[in-house]
Formats: sequence, C-alpha cells, structure tokens
Amino acid sequence: MTSWENTIERLRRTPVWQSLFRRGPARTNRTRSVAVFGNIFLHLLPVKVRDASLRVRATYYLGSITFFLFVILTVTGVLLMLYYHPAVPEAYQDMKDLRFVVSSGVFLRNLHRLAAQAMVVFVFWHMFHVFYRGGYKPPRQFNWVVGVGLLLLTLFLSYTGYLLPWDQLAFWAITVGTNIISYVPILGQPMRFLLLGGHGIGENALLRFYVLHIVILPLFAIILIAVHFWRVQKDGGITLREEHGRKEKD
Amino acid sequence: MDEKKKTETGFGSDALKDPRRIVFITKKTSAKVKGDVGRQAMSYPKLILREAIVLEILTILMVVVALFWDAPLEQLANPLLTPNPAKAPWYFLGLQELLHYFPPIVAGVLIPGLVIVALIVIPYFHVNVEGAPLWANSSLRRLGMFSVVVVVLLIFFGIYQAWTIFIPTLVMAGVAGTTYFLPGQGGRFGTYLRARPLSWWIMTWFIIVAIILTEIGTHFRGPGWSWVWPWR
Repeated sequence: MTSWENTIERLRRTPVWQSLFRRGPARTNRTRSVAVFGNIFLHLLPVKVRDASLRVRATYYLGSITFFLFVILTVTGVLLMLYYHPAVPEAYQDMKDLRFVVSSGVFLRNLHRLAAQAMVVFVFWHMFHVFYRGGYKPPRQFNWVVGVGLLLLTLFLSYTGYLLPWDQLAFWAITVGTNIISYVPILGQPMRFLLLGGHGIGENALLRFYVLHIVILPLFAIILIAVHFWRVQKDGGITLREEHGRKEKD
Repeated sequence: MDEKKKTETGFGSDALKDPRRIVFITKKTSAKVKGDVGRQAMSYPKLILREAIVLEILTILMVVVALFWDAPLEQLANPLLTPNPAKAPWYFLGLQELLHYFPPIVAGVLIPGLVIVALIVIPYFHVNVEGAPLWANSSLRRLGMFSVVVVVLLIFFGIYQAWTIFIPTLVMAGVAGTTYFLPGQGGRFGTYLRARPLSWWIMTWFIIVAIILTEIGTHFRGPGWSWVWPWR
C-alpha cells in the first residue's frame, strides 16, 4: 500500500469521516449502491444504468451539459450579485465597474453571458435530440412536459437577465419583447403592466426583472430540474435508440 | 380488487400458502420484454465519473472562451434614442421575423402559443407510437390529406408574402412527396427518408424554419427591418 492509500485509509477510520459518510469504501456493489441512494443529491440518479446508456452517442451528454451550465450560471451569478445594484443608473455604472474596477470582473460577466447563451442552445439541442429518440413516448410523457417547462424557464431566465446591464442593447431588446405581450387580447396590457411594474420600462421593471432573474425563476428551475432527473430514473432510464420502433442498422 | 374477486380464480392471494403464478400472454404483449434490460453498470463510479469529466471539460472550454470573448456592453439605456433596428435577444429573433410578416396577434400570440401547446401535447397523442413511416400503407387518402394541409399552409404564407417560410415549407413538402412517388430510389438517404414517420417530418420542418428565421433576423435584417446582406 502506498502512503497515499494509507493516509486515506486512516482518514476513513476517523470518527469525523465516519459521521460524514455512513458507509465503507465503495468496493462492493452494495456499498456502491449505498453511495448513490445514501446521498441526497446523487439519489436523484439511478443506482444502476444500462451499459448502452453510458455510450456517448446515447445522449451526447446534452442534458448533463445543460444542467452543468445552470451550475456555472448559479456560481457566476451569485458572484455578480455582489457587485450589482438593480437601480437606474447604478446598474449600468456597475457594468463599468466590473470592467474597470473589479478584479476579474470582465471575466465573470463574460462567463455568465456565455454560459447563458450556451444554455439556451443546449436546452433546445437536448429537446430535439430527445424528440428524435422518441423520449416523449410512454412511459415518459410527463417528463417531456416537465422538460418543456424547463425550456420556457430557461428562455425567461435568459430574457430577464438581458435587461440587467441597463444599456441600450438591453433596454430596446426588452422593449421589443414586452411589446409582443401587449398584443395578447384583453389580458395583454394588464400582463405587461404586471411584468414591468408600470407602463414603460423603468426602474420598477428593472427591479422586477432582477427579482425574477435571481429568485423566482431559479427556484422554479431547481425544483423542475430535480423532478426531471428523478423522473428519468423512475420512468426507466434514458431512451435508447433501440427502444422505439425499428432497430437501425447503421 | 377486493378479496372475493381474487379467490374467484381459484387461487389464494397468500404467496406462502399458494405459491403459484399465473401469466396470461395476450396476443400483443410478451411477459419477457419488460424484464430484459440488458447489461447494467453501477452508477457509482461509472456514470458519476463520466459526468464529472463532462463538467470539467465544459468548465475549461467555457473559461477559455470567456477569457477571449467579451460580453457586449453599449451606451447607457436611453428611452429617447431608439436604435434602428431594435432587436430582441437572438432566440426571439425568429419571432420578431414572424412579426414582420404576420399581424401581431398571429405572430406574437397565436403561433408561439400553438408551438408551446403542440410541444406539451405531443406525448398525449397516441397517434403512431410505433413510428410507422409516413407512407407506410402508400395510401392515396393520406397523400391527399398531406397535400391539402401543405397547400393551405403555402397559401397562408403566400398571402402574407412570407417567402422565407414559404420556400423551406415547399422544399420539405417536395422532399416528403418525392419519397412517395419514387419508392426504392435515392440510395441510403432515400431509404432513410422513407422510413421517417410524420412526426419526424413535422419536427424537422419546424426546426429548419426556426433556424432560417432566427438566422435571417440575426444577420440579414437592417434599418426598418429591411433586407441586408451581412457581408456588405
């Protein structure tokens, strides 16, 4: 045994470690199972997966990538909140500060913006891929609907974040978008008023978009993501190519 | 099921007393298929390890790009100074392109609403769960219905002069129709297309039109939403 393994072995025997992980090393299938269902986060995943679903071509990891982008967005988003005031014109001043004052501020904003665009791309890509694999068919109908909800949440998250820099690009993009809402018959104007907190895009709209962006929408997204993962497991794992219709020989 | 009904079959429900199993195999189901899932692997460590690697590669790629690409930032928002054209975020530019052609109630409310409803109800239409090819029975009735729907769509797009939707629709319908009239031709690609179900054709048409509209809205639209060439 190397000294490294020795150290790990000794660490495993300490009372602190044993209180954290209520199992031995995951060397048998039983302890490997416990590693998954004994962990509050991992227990959303199945204990076993079919060999075929581990192939890259089974998923291209599109769903995983979408989720990991959400994680990156959460981390960078929380850090950006430390430098941001949802007020006019402080919001724009904070963008300038991120560029010229805050160390790595540009990088932080770049990463957040980039991951946001990528998440929209990947959530669509994931959906189309699942569709072509027939992943919406029984018994996975409900999880498809959850997925559509997550698609809409992703778009709303991206859209509400778009206003926050309070520059010309943000202001007019949101103007174009919210004008579309007012075309809804009867409910259009009240809905737009509710979203903007007024008749035009101003300080109230910025605050509402901010609260939607950092609290309300992420909260719903986290809940739906948990349900989505859970249901993948409960509905019998990911959809394999062979599962629906003809077997393809390519 | 109440206790009386169970005993009517002649077997008790207590597995220890009456350890018999009855399997009814009806015409279309097989008892074996459900239990057969193939070889399995433990999620820990096989799946977890792969996911961790994906996370690492993704993070590295994102960080590298974020180091060299700068997020856009324009002047302070000014409600009195409207840029021409004012564009929505790129994922809504397809919608904005629709607004250029159709009345706002159609482009802004009806079409996106129908798309969302369609996406939600897809799994609850038990039409064609087996994924039978579009022209499976090569029935003339189906071809007739298909043609009527396509012609109605084309007339609708034509009236509003939405040529950027009209042309891809015409091309897609043309390809789908061709696979009906030319069975056994076109090599591997032809065989592939002929095996596609109706749902595949609709989704592929939707994706192609959405990509074209988004691309046009992003790069081919200038002041007053007029057509511009991106390289000019």
